[in-house]
Amino acid sequence: MEISYYPGCTLKTSAKNYEKTGLALLPIFDISPVEIKDWVCCGATYSLTSDNLMYQLAPIRTLIRAKESGNPRLLTLCDMCYNTLKRAALFIENDEEKREKIKNFMDEEETDYRGDEVEVVHLLTLLNEIGSQKISEKLVKSPLDLKIATYYGCMLLRPKEIQADSAENPQLMENIFQGMGVEVVEYPFRTECCGSYQIVNRREIILDRTKKIISSAVKNNADLMVLSCPLCDYNLEATQKELIEQDSNFKPLPVLYFSQLLALILGIDPEINDWSLHNIDPTPVLKRKGLL
Amino acid sequence: MKRIGVFICHCGINIAGTVDIEKLTSQIKEYPNVVHVENYKYMCSSPGQQLINQQIMDKNLDAVVVAACSPSLHENTFRTSVQRVEMNPYNCEIANIREQCSWVHDDKQIATDKAAKIIKSMVEKTVLDEPLMPITVPVNRKALVIGGGVAGMQAALNIANNGYEVILVERESSIGGHMAMLSETFPTLDCSQCILTPKMVEVDQHPNITLITYSEVVEVSGFVGNFKVKIKQKAKYVDWEKCNGCGDCITECPINTPSEFEQQLGERHAIYRPFPQAVPNKVIVDMDECIQCMVCQVFCPTDAIDFNQKDSIVEQEVGAIVLATGYQLYSLKNLPEYGGGEIEDVIDGLAFERLLSASGPTQGVVKRPSDGKIPQDVVFIQCAGSRDPENHMPYCSRICCMYTAKHAMLYKHRVHQGRAYIFYMDIRSGGKDYEEFVQRVMEEERVVYLRGKVSRLYEEDGKVVVCGTDTLTRRNVEIKADLVVTATPIRPIEDIDQLSKLFKISINQNGFLTEAHPKLRPVESLTSGIYLAGCAQAPRDIPDTVAQASGAASMVCALFSSDQLYHDPIIAGVDEDLCSGCGICVGVCPYSARTLNREKGIVEVNEVLCEACGACSAACPSGAAQQRNFTDIQLKNMVKAILG
Repeated sequence: MEISYYPGCTLKTSAKNYEKTGLALLPIFDISPVEIKDWVCCGATYSLTSDNLMYQLAPIRTLIRAKESGNPRLLTLCDMCYNTLKRAALFIENDEEKREKIKNFMDEEETDYRGDEVEVVHLLTLLNEIGSQKISEKLVKSPLDLKIATYYGCMLLRPKEIQADSAENPQLMENIFQGMGVEVVEYPFRTECCGSYQIVNRREIILDRTKKIISSAVKNNADLMVLSCPLCDYNLEATQKELIEQDSNFKPLPVLYFSQLLALILGIDPEINDWSLHNIDPTPVLKRKGLL
Repeated sequence: MKRIGVFICHCGINIAGTVDIEKLTSQIKEYPNVVHVENYKYMCSSPGQQLINQQIMDKNLDAVVVAACSPSLHENTFRTSVQRVEMNPYNCEIANIREQCSWVHDDKQIATDKAAKIIKSMVEKTVLDEPLMPITVPVNRKALVIGGGVAGMQAALNIANNGYEVILVERESSIGGHMAMLSETFPTLDCSQCILTPKMVEVDQHPNITLITYSEVVEVSGFVGNFKVKIKQKAKYVDWEKCNGCGDCITECPINTPSEFEQQLGERHAIYRPFPQAVPNKVIVDMDECIQCMVCQVFCPTDAIDFNQKDSIVEQEVGAIVLATGYQLYSLKNLPEYGGGEIEDVIDGLAFERLLSASGPTQGVVKRPSDGKIPQDVVFIQCAGSRDPENHMPYCSRICCMYTAKHAMLYKHRVHQGRAYIFYMDIRSGGKDYEEFVQRVMEEERVVYLRGKVSRLYEEDGKVVVCGTDTLTRRNVEIKADLVVTATPIRPIEDIDQLSKLFKISINQNGFLTEAHPKLRPVESLTSGIYLAGCAQAPRDIPDTVAQASGAASMVCALFSSDQLYHDPIIAGVDEDLCSGCGICVGVCPYSARTLNREKGIVEVNEVLCEACGACSAACPSGAAQQRNFTDIQLKNMVKAILG
């Protein structure tokens, strides 16, 4: 089965590990991702400006590319892309007047688009559709004694109209990992804000957040943290070294994309990971747990 | 030929401003069957009515058409008026030339023409109107009250004190409802049980009240004055005729299980009564928990235990029904942001009532559920699911501001050094002495009110960490609490849908029973003879519940005050010569008024149930279903008059 795939910018740069491992998972379940042609920026943040529709053009163009591809499902890995694309689709579907305006804006050769022709689907949703039982059947390594903390952030879960799972008690990653015998630790900050783009001008907010989130996961005995958003990954990982310098009591925690861990457990060659992209080296703990 | 008089009302300038009354009068004068036309400034006034009656006598009129406002306003006025000169009220018709004509047009010419057409069509209808007599129905002067909470008890007592018989059906084994669970009541802090139990005893001992507890109504048929109900009495496994309520069986029962009455904070046995003051003071066996060790049977001094008991059905005939089925609290399981019911020390308001209650599981000592410690920091969260249209319930549950203030006050009275925090969105204390009470809690009891919502809470090191915001100081707040009390929404009972279907009472989008008119008929349902009381209709506090229940009871008494009920005779009958017995009308009738008599091969009508909607008349292929005074010929003539 083929599925359209939209990578977005980060997956080709700082989140290469996510793309490589994420896409490597799919053939195991007979799914072949097909990268759509001429994709553009997703918009990075969904614009709430209601009187300037310029900001919606980029995500809608991408949706049009997906429609043209002939596969009505559009796979995203990045939470940000998921959020902007899905909201743009919903926006144009529900507002006929604005849809017409945007259409008039577009170049003449653009395919007509209503908003409901393409279904934006996140990799986590796709894996949940496959089901933990089917995933577990492909289990190569039995990860004994591995405790992970899942982290969701916000983009996958909010706002309610596009959420991939409950905003208060999401289970997308739990379903997958618990199904294969990995212990998911309980800690209160799975859906806490990572600080998002405040990293640009108010770094102290991110430091504060990271300390809170990571320390709580460590306190609850997590061996590592898994997540699905490149921005969360950047915020939660890149600032840990600073925290170590600031506070000798701070205990760092390796952060991985969930797909990296899943790929290791399912026996995909670990070489596709570029471990140098990690600020906190996860290889020692992965070796200790027999995954490397 | 019928002698018809037409009376045109100016309604001040409401009609006369847009309709040329004089022109209209002269136009109508020429119309067939019309023998007299007259106009007057206010036809509904006393001189206006006298004018009509005078002309009926002078001109020997058979029927009148009053051209005025909508019949929903003054049809009754004029029909009652013409009866004084012995005219059958159904020979008086209203032509609506205000709402349907003068108010919606600007052009005088067009409006006048249209008014003439409306009047002419009404004259055509009147020509063939039959004099009708109201249908009389006998009244069974016995009431059924469903729900034994404070609403149901109040309604039952009021009806019973008026001398009528009442059957009170309660689904639990004891009456008392939620009020029996409360500790003290706002704003006067009188002990809830102390004011409730005398009422419970009164209900039990009242000669006019038959109490049927541990039972549910399963079937309802009939109509106002003549309902037939089937009541399922659930098996109690105890012969209540023999049980003397001594409680020996309870003491000996080896099974312990969480008590529903104590909100799972205390325990009960498999054989039990929900609380010590239960009325009737009898025990029941919870078969899900019972291991049938038969110890109770051994110890029962009256040999009342009967494990062979089965559910039974009793049938009753009543004239009126009061629905007082109460409420349930929205479960914490629905609030993952507040722990989803998984955190032991996060409880709801009813559970806290039990912790405060002198007869509760802790004898009124505030101890938290997890380890029994006396909490030093207690956080109260108002609107925990109410006023949250995106995620939970959109409405205000109305009592939480007050009971939370009361909770905080009672907590401070019990734990003097303790700290109480209340997160709120707004304080809604509209009630007699309510605002003063809240002010007292804020100022004298030194309870910290924080305006803002709690975003999340979680367990850490034996505390519940509450993360919220104080929008007045614009700061995020984090409180390490020992106990968190949430004010969760008031919801209708779980099976409100079934209840709604059973009694054919509509419910609103939130599941509360709908009243006949939100302002002017707040205790009646749209089905005549069925009344509403208490939280089944909407969230409300005890004083309002009692007032509404008394209102419902007085409606029942008013209904019972006459021997006969009168039903509007404009119903759709059956022309037996034309009816082929196809039964199409039976299916379309929304009131189950029509039945097919297979022996005779025709349809029969229960005239009392017919509400004259006309669905059958439209559906009938042979024209056998004719609505009185709205026959096919009348309607055709009316249409002709309008088009002509």
